[in-house]
Amino acid sequence: MRRADYDTENLSIMTDKSETFIRIRGISKKFGDFTAVDDVNLDIGRGELFSILGGSGCGKSTLLRVMAGFETPTAGTIEIDGVDITELPPYERPVNMMFQSYAIFPHMNVEKNIAYGLRKDHVDNKEIAQRVDDMLELVQLVDFRERKPNQLSGGQRQRVALARALIKRPKVLLLDEPLAALDKKLREQTQFELMNIQDELGITFVVVTHDQEEAMTLSTRIAVMEEGRFLQVGPPKEIYEFPESRFVADFIGTINMFEGKVSRVGDETISVESAEAGTSLRALGNHDVEVGQSVCIAVRPEKIFITKHEPDNDDDVRIRGVVDDLGYLGNLSLYRIRLESGKMIQVSSQNRRRSTKRFVEWEDKIWVSWRPRSAIVLTD
Amino acid sequence: MALQIRQGALWQRITIAVPYLWLFVFFLLPFGIILKISLADPVIAQPPFTPFFDADGGLSITIDNFLFLLTDKLYAVTYIKSIFMAATAMVLCLALGFPMAYGIARANPTTRSLLLLLIVLPFWISFLLRVYAWMGLLNNYGVINNFLMWVGFIDQPIQMMYTDFAIFIGLTYTYLPFMILPLYATLERMDLDLVDAAQDLGASRTIAFWDITWPLARPGVIAGCLLVFIPAMGEYVIPYLLGGPDTLLIGRVLFDEFFVNRDWPLASSVAIMLLLILVVPIVFLQRSQARDAEATS
Amino acid sequence: MKKQSRFVFSVLVFGYAFLYIPLASVIVYSFNDSKLATVWGGFSTRWYVELFKNEQILDAAFLSLRIASTSATLATIFGTMAGLILVRFGRFRGQTLFSGMIIAPLVMPEVITGLSLLLLFVSLQQLIGWPGQRGFMTITIAHTTFSMAYVAVIVRSRLATMDESLEEAAMDLGCRPLRIVFDITLPLIAPAMIAGWLLAFTLSLDDLVIASFVSGPGSSTLPMYIFSKVKLGVTPDINALASLIILVISILVFTAWFIARRSESRV
Repeated sequence: MRRADYDTENLSIMTDKSETFIRIRGISKKFGDFTAVDDVNLDIGRGELFSILGGSGCGKSTLLRVMAGFETPTAGTIEIDGVDITELPPYERPVNMMFQSYAIFPHMNVEKNIAYGLRKDHVDNKEIAQRVDDMLELVQLVDFRERKPNQLSGGQRQRVALARALIKRPKVLLLDEPLAALDKKLREQTQFELMNIQDELGITFVVVTHDQEEAMTLSTRIAVMEEGRFLQVGPPKEIYEFPESRFVADFIGTINMFEGKVSRVGDETISVESAEAGTSLRALGNHDVEVGQSVCIAVRPEKIFITKHEPDNDDDVRIRGVVDDLGYLGNLSLYRIRLESGKMIQVSSQNRRRSTKRFVEWEDKIWVSWRPRSAIVLTD
Repeated sequence: MALQIRQGALWQRITIAVPYLWLFVFFLLPFGIILKISLADPVIAQPPFTPFFDADGGLSITIDNFLFLLTDKLYAVTYIKSIFMAATAMVLCLALGFPMAYGIARANPTTRSLLLLLIVLPFWISFLLRVYAWMGLLNNYGVINNFLMWVGFIDQPIQMMYTDFAIFIGLTYTYLPFMILPLYATLERMDLDLVDAAQDLGASRTIAFWDITWPLARPGVIAGCLLVFIPAMGEYVIPYLLGGPDTLLIGRVLFDEFFVNRDWPLASSVAIMLLLILVVPIVFLQRSQARDAEATS
Repeated sequence: MKKQSRFVFSVLVFGYAFLYIPLASVIVYSFNDSKLATVWGGFSTRWYVELFKNEQILDAAFLSLRIASTSATLATIFGTMAGLILVRFGRFRGQTLFSGMIIAPLVMPEVITGLSLLLLFVSLQQLIGWPGQRGFMTITIAHTTFSMAYVAVIVRSRLATMDESLEEAAMDLGCRPLRIVFDITLPLIAPAMIAGWLLAFTLSLDDLVIASFVSGPGSSTLPMYIFSKVKLGVTPDINALASLIILVISILVFTAWFIARRSESRV
């Protein structure tokens, strides 16, 4: 399932059920009293690059280890390509893992490391040699085949780990925080390399990460995980633009949230009275809400405009504010605006124009505004 | 995490069974036998003790040996003297070993490796030979006396051999590495900045030592002390070679009782008593090691 | 800080002098021409020559070396197994007893282990007629038993610091648990096993008390021979023997240390 095939307008993404490659049903993992993974269900399609995103302690690594076979689930089943693998030990699963620490065998050179899995499968030597050559080319380590792990850089070791796992042509590749140990430049480079390799080989990737930027860039779909449960599953755009809960909205990127009560429900829009905003906020009402219900209106910083004078468009939500702080990030500018109600919000805008003059200064009185359809209505 | 082995795999069972059986037969079982023999009577026979079951199948045991040990003043004195000597050796090792371990831990890494090697090297050299070396030094016509007389400090040689003093020297000399190594291991782990921080906050050097260094070094101190005390309690060679004929320590008594008097049951009961005395320190050591392992994991 | 450093420094100097002066004096006096070991009578190497003509010493040395290499090898095998069990295997019945049995020989006074083993051998002799003549076999068994405790402790601490994810990675790549031990675990703990072997070898070579208990007539180990001579006092030929041993061991230890340092710095 290639990324280009996704219907980006269609919000509920999973393809029809016949394409489900990994079927996780009711997986729970308890350690004594502590529940690390709580009754998780998931369908992953063939060829997806799927990310499980969450903070530390949310259970994502445990879930990955259950999929790899290093932990036996307390309940539930896992099916891969129609075969129930729940009871299988790690060495019998069509699944391979790339460890966070890479776990390259220090007493073997690059070539032997990569060939290891094939040796265990008793593949004959000529074929092993051929496949190792192909792999070395794929990960661009042809000149390093004789080297020992302690002679490699972090990035090179990671490629060995990747090659070692991929050479077995597993049905699923699990990656544990693959980019965590790399510096920024290398991370960006590796991100694209991973995506290309995955595209070329068509293997289903399941990535576990705490880095949202990584998840957003790499994945076809993301599952946001917290306290052992999935809070939302969907493509990156859906998670970002249409979060289904306050937690998810806040977890991904930055967001401004206004608590309030629904004052009017119209055909297309709803109005929410918010003391925090100091005014009535209009939003696209595609949720079932009732008058008087407590909801949260959330707006992303990049969806908000700053103007020196009151905005023209009557449709827009508009609030007066004062510039409390501003930061220049090169490609973006970030603003902290203090509204009349006292609430602080964040606004960001691209620096489209090249100039030494700042658009606004500290303590400037300005207007913030946004379109109703930019706002998200959150009931959880 | 265990090697995720299906519990009960055959090779796993064999791997456990082999050393387990070996230790059980050659370590644990013998203790049972000592116990059994300590409850027997000595006889002129081969082997020189009465069998467990007598001719008509009844149990033939006697606690005469233990009663004898408990009531005989000589034995009580011997046990107490052994405890005293082992404890003194322990303190001497600690007094000398702690500063040395501290100094090594504070040295720079290259020097440290060499210093440690020099501590360990005597340990690799035969223990018997090291005790022997002291015989040459402490002798009435040995090196030390010769030197002192040559320099003019004394006219007559000082009697050092065959005294308690010689035993203390021998014990300290032999067991010093056993004290230094665990102490070093603990001190090396300790963040040396802590002492500086304490001094920065107003503690003098001495106070900083007692407040910071000593408490943190305690696991190493305990390990070192016990590694010296427990084996020293049963020392045989050092008292024999360096001590006087009237210096009776438990190790020597046990040996003599066994080989000289051929009173196996009594010797066995001496061993059992010694074990009972040592059980407390041994358990203490095990607990301390376990706690230390947990704290650093 | 300075005052403390001076104190520590002087203790260090005193301590090392304390450790090495006795050894130095033995070496010096081994070249003493006089029969009275500690009265200097001129420089001579005759005691070394006499050493090599002494049949008893050579036999005892040979026996000790045989016992040491055999027991060291057995102890390394059993001790490594024990170390693996303690760290890598999960819970099993009798585990606490096993841990106790592994640690205990480390601190047990030698007279007790020696006595207990002798009594065991005597009882076994009565029951099943084995072992007959006490000697090489019984001493080797005794040495293996206490040495394996040392090897187990060394292997255990090396295993504890080893990266577990290496074994998991091997499993993930299709290696069955037993094979992992040979493919991954053992190669990586090899230095610890070698250190354990050397330690066991030295302990065996050096043991006097336990060997005295469990040996029989006609089997005299080198320490036993030395002890029988030394009981009577300091003698020049023992000085020579001692110096030789000190020298050989020092060279071996320094070489081992040097090699270890070099391989570490290559990483």
